[in-house]
Amino acid sequence: MSCFDTFTSYALRSIGIGERLLPKTDFTLCDQVVLIGSGMIWNVYFAVLALTLGFFFAVSLALGRSSENPVFRIPARAFIFVIRGSPLFIQFFLIYEAFVLIPKMGWDINLGFIEITVETKWLTKAWLGALITLFLNTAGYTANIFYGALRSIPKGDIEAALAIGMSKRQIFWRISFPTMLRLAWPSYTNEAIFLFHATALVFFSSFPAWRQKGDSLYYASYFADKTFNPFVPYPIIALYFICFTLLIITLFGYVNKRLNRHIAPNT
Amino acid sequence: MFEYCTDPKLIEGFQWWSCYLSNGKHMSFYFSFLVVLSLLALTVPFILLFGFTGALARRSTFAPFRWFGTIYTSMVRGVPDIIFFLFVPIAMDQGIEVIRHKIKCSDWPEPIRQGNDFVVCTAAKMPLSSSAQWVHETYGFMLATIAFAIVFGAFAANTIHGALGAVPKGQLETGAAFGMSPGQIFRRIHLPQMWVYALPGLSNLWMILIKASPLLFLLGVEDIVYWARELGGSKTARFAYPHGDWRLGYFLFLLVFYLFLTWLSEKFFDRIMHKLSRGQNTAAGMS
Repeated sequence: MSCFDTFTSYALRSIGIGERLLPKTDFTLCDQVVLIGSGMIWNVYFAVLALTLGFFFAVSLALGRSSENPVFRIPARAFIFVIRGSPLFIQFFLIYEAFVLIPKMGWDINLGFIEITVETKWLTKAWLGALITLFLNTAGYTANIFYGALRSIPKGDIEAALAIGMSKRQIFWRISFPTMLRLAWPSYTNEAIFLFHATALVFFSSFPAWRQKGDSLYYASYFADKTFNPFVPYPIIALYFICFTLLIITLFGYVNKRLNRHIAPNT
Repeated sequence: MFEYCTDPKLIEGFQWWSCYLSNGKHMSFYFSFLVVLSLLALTVPFILLFGFTGALARRSTFAPFRWFGTIYTSMVRGVPDIIFFLFVPIAMDQGIEVIRHKIKCSDWPEPIRQGNDFVVCTAAKMPLSSSAQWVHETYGFMLATIAFAIVFGAFAANTIHGALGAVPKGQLETGAAFGMSPGQIFRRIHLPQMWVYALPGLSNLWMILIKASPLLFLLGVEDIVYWARELGGSKTARFAYPHGDWRLGYFLFLLVFYLFLTWLSEKFFDRIMHKLSRGQNTAAGMS
């Protein structure tokens, strides 16, 4: 099989398109590069969705944590403490077990005129269950970063806004929020990289890979197990991760530049 | 453990629980907490050693050392730690076996890599297949410790490198003005003042290390995650203590354990930071 054939049959293998059987013998370098690359689709999927959704939740959590109302402050604080104080690995297991138990309990929602049985099976599937875990995890860490940034907003800026008669809402959208993002951005970049790296744990820890549709690490360890040679698949996956990490740094760097565009550059 | 535990089917309530929670497997479960804590304690000196080596290599005036230090410290930024944890133990294991093979069976005719197989002579196996179970377990644990030390050593090297650079230049110049040798300046001024800058990063690293410790499970060590899955899985009536799927409960317990550990560490580092800041040339040291 030529490398082109391998590419057409395995490039989308991780999402179930193409050849069903994985190569069993005579693993070529091409096989490994294509399949591990195919698995990266999952890593990117998890990272992009978890970061995007997590961002909004994190902003609300950070606002909740800095709120004066204990109804918002205490739950936000507890959530951040639990997420930041426990290993992601344990969170994966815990959420997986919880989702496995939910369908067994049965779940009927009575809307009065109609009764719906909520289908909870897909919660135990990685595409949703693991996404929820990663989303909650990144939201917790990001919220802490944003909370720290909110507290470091210069008081004078807010006072100046009040002095010219801005409303609370205006102050938030025009002063607090942009400043918070600007201050938090370098740490947020780090968090994005960590989350991207954490996506490697999904299929490897708790959520089973269904029909051998797994992420890049799933395939890399498949090859390492079959060939007894860790020196090929792991460097390949490492290179993939390095490339994507550089991509994250570049993209976040652009945003950082835009956020800081009104600030005189350090000379 | 207790006398009334001889037939667990007959007892219930408090007695059942006391027997259940003190049976042999639970004792192994409690022991595995010590395994995790000892991994944490054992890796720390190695992490600091690797960290200092990496940081000093990066500051070295000799270019190849500097390149090595830079590559070592930046690799953890680009590659997930889990990949190192999977790669390092196998790679080290195979490396050791190849060396032993070369020494002990130099007359072996066939190559070591035959297609998809990795074949070394029986005498070169590490540990020997005849060794006791605990030798295998200790060897696996050792490889895991080294993998942890390499990865977190690189993180520590980053922090220490930054901290060494953060010590005010004037402090070092004063030392030079007093006629101290470079070694004396490093030992008496640079190193003691570095800690206060390194500590926030190192305490953060310790938190990450704690939170990475359940990955031991993936390396085949019988750690707390292994036992939580083992004990929590549903047990049919064939077992002495039948119960349903309790894994959720066991994992909740692990969660609480980790929360407690990180909370305790945070308190501890706050105190140290307070102590170290005394008399230092930083905002916290002024008060």
